Amino acid sequence: MKRRDHADLGAALFVLGLGVVAAWQASVVPVSPLYGQVGPKAVPYVVAAGLVLLGGLLTASALRGGWSRDIEELQEATPTNWRALGLLLAGLLANVALIGPFGFTAAATVQFALVAAAFGSRAHLRNLVIAFVVSLSAYALFVKLLGVNIGAGVVEALVFGAPE
Amino acid sequence: METLSGLAMGFGNALTLANLGWALLGCFLGTAIGVLPGLGPALTIALLLPITFSVSATGAFILFCGIFYGAMYGGSTTSILLNTPGESGSIITALEGARMAKNGRAGPALVTAAIGSFVAGTVGTLGIAFLGPVVVELALQLGPAEYFSLMVLCFVTVSAVLGGSALRGLTSLFFGLLLGLVGIDLQTGQPRLTFGIPELLDGVNVVLVAVALFAVGETLHLAWRHAEGKAEVRPVGRIWMSRGDWRRSFWPWMRGAGLGFPFGVMPAGGSEMPTMLSYYAERKLATPEAQKEFGTTGAIEGVAGPEAANNAAAAGVLVPMLTLGLPTSATAAIMLSAFQSYGIQPGPLLFTTQAELVWTLIASLFVANVMLVVLNLPLVGLWASILKIPQPQLYAGILVFATIGTYGISNSVVDLILLYGIGIVAMFMRRFDFPVAPVIIGMILGPMAEQAMRQALTISQGDWTTFVTRPVSLAILVVALLALLGPRLYGAWLRRVAA
Repeated sequence: MKRRDHADLGAALFVLGLGVVAAWQASVVPVSPLYGQVGPKAVPYVVAAGLVLLGGLLTASALRGGWSRDIEELQEATPTNWRALGLLLAGLLANVALIGPFGFTAAATVQFALVAAAFGSRAHLRNLVIAFVVSLSAYALFVKLLGVNIGAGVVEALVFGAPE
Repeated sequence: METLSGLAMGFGNALTLANLGWALLGCFLGTAIGVLPGLGPALTIALLLPITFSVSATGAFILFCGIFYGAMYGGSTTSILLNTPGESGSIITALEGARMAKNGRAGPALVTAAIGSFVAGTVGTLGIAFLGPVVVELALQLGPAEYFSLMVLCFVTVSAVLGGSALRGLTSLFFGLLLGLVGIDLQTGQPRLTFGIPELLDGVNVVLVAVALFAVGETLHLAWRHAEGKAEVRPVGRIWMSRGDWRRSFWPWMRGAGLGFPFGVMPAGGSEMPTMLSYYAERKLATPEAQKEFGTTGAIEGVAGPEAANNAAAAGVLVPMLTLGLPTSATAAIMLSAFQSYGIQPGPLLFTTQAELVWTLIASLFVANVMLVVLNLPLVGLWASILKIPQPQLYAGILVFATIGTYGISNSVVDLILLYGIGIVAMFMRRFDFPVAPVIIGMILGPMAEQAMRQALTISQGDWTTFVTRPVSLAILVVALLALLGPRLYGAWLRRVAA
């Protein structure tokens, strides 16, 4: 019970922090030389104030015991699966790192295999094959059929020829 | 009579071969994705938004309508066969439907859900066709001040009235408002909340946020609590309803549809309330023998009523979206941004400036509804087999398509980082029970509300009292305040009386 209260407090402080960051960003909005009854700063300040207020109320609620204990889903929840979460985050990171230099298909294939492994699949080779086929067909569908560019790279150049 | 001539024109357009093809594709995609646990219409439409670059507006919206209705159908299949509701509206369906499936009555449960959805979809779409023009007449009287007040009401109902906690709902809403502020201020051209990053000058894309909240966040949350093991898919059995089943389903369908539609139309969108009310009503009204089945072997009334209410409410949500430009559900918000990407602003003028598009859209809702009831019952075996796609490959695939949806818009790695960053926030929101729909609604409606407010203040020459001196505006604000404080004051009063 005690640990959960800390978790709620963390969430509440995050909201509070978001409000403070919003207020800082609102304060650096340049003042407009154009005439207007309400400048560009007013609404950002209102939203920032709202977030600070809500963060404060959430903090108060967390200090009074928090709300997580009322969430039914958490009562029977299994413990954090660090392996799954780690592999999934690695998949996301791999995608961000690879999509620029190597293109969509390569990045998506690596991401697919890592995410599938995160959810307990052990057929890594098969996953890589499925991933390659799925991402290359998705690429063909979006780029060739719909005309939406989703990032050409090494594999795309080999299959469809160099981009013009 | 505007409605009848409008519908005639709409059907003329919707029944062309190309448009029937879009509707069929939409129904098919929508059902398939609605069946997948955890994926709903909002995410599907968000992922398909890039097609707005290359497809005509009419074709795209027919596709989106098919997805919208199709996903509702698919969601009930999952609730019944897997006992995993795909979206909030089908939680109640799972209560009785999964019990029926457990007792070998999956067939009748699926049929009553499908026909109930058809009945409710038809009632709801008729409601849109006849109520829409009336609301437009009223909406044309409203000025920016009234619009701003309406949006405030919308904010309050979607975040504070629905869901578990007003505090957390409002926090989600303000997070959405904050995201909506990022970018260049439309009226003065000043950059706001961009942290000096040039990619943020264009603002945060709503597709990105929707994909982050519904796909990335959901997948991360599943991984967080992932335990090996497989959910059991119940066998479908015979797709058939006995005469008794028909008799027991008929009035629940009607009552559910009648209950759901008004809830959808009011800016209190959301299908939790009408489905719950329908469930309790049917439980009360059932015959004594049927009442025994509630909560034990599964009562067909408890599937027929809520399922109809759910679909009618979903149809009702389109009324404020098309006539006022006010989205009250996440799906409606995404559809609104699809309109915007065609340079069309939904609102009272839509029915005159884009009459052909609006009526074709409404006609294709009827078409989609018929297609779904004809397609779904014979194909239910196919949908059930989608449920058998193994989880690892399914979620891996979802994340690949999430990347396409985001990277396809801008080809920017900054957007991908933002996608995953907001996805991680969404994972924690799921864990701490913050609702995600208010984020999308705040993000889309926030900038519109700011614009309306600034216009109103320009008209009143900076006089803030304009919002409370104009009677309609004041009335709407009072309703919003009552919606926010009413339940709390009532609770406090109850405690005082009890003490």
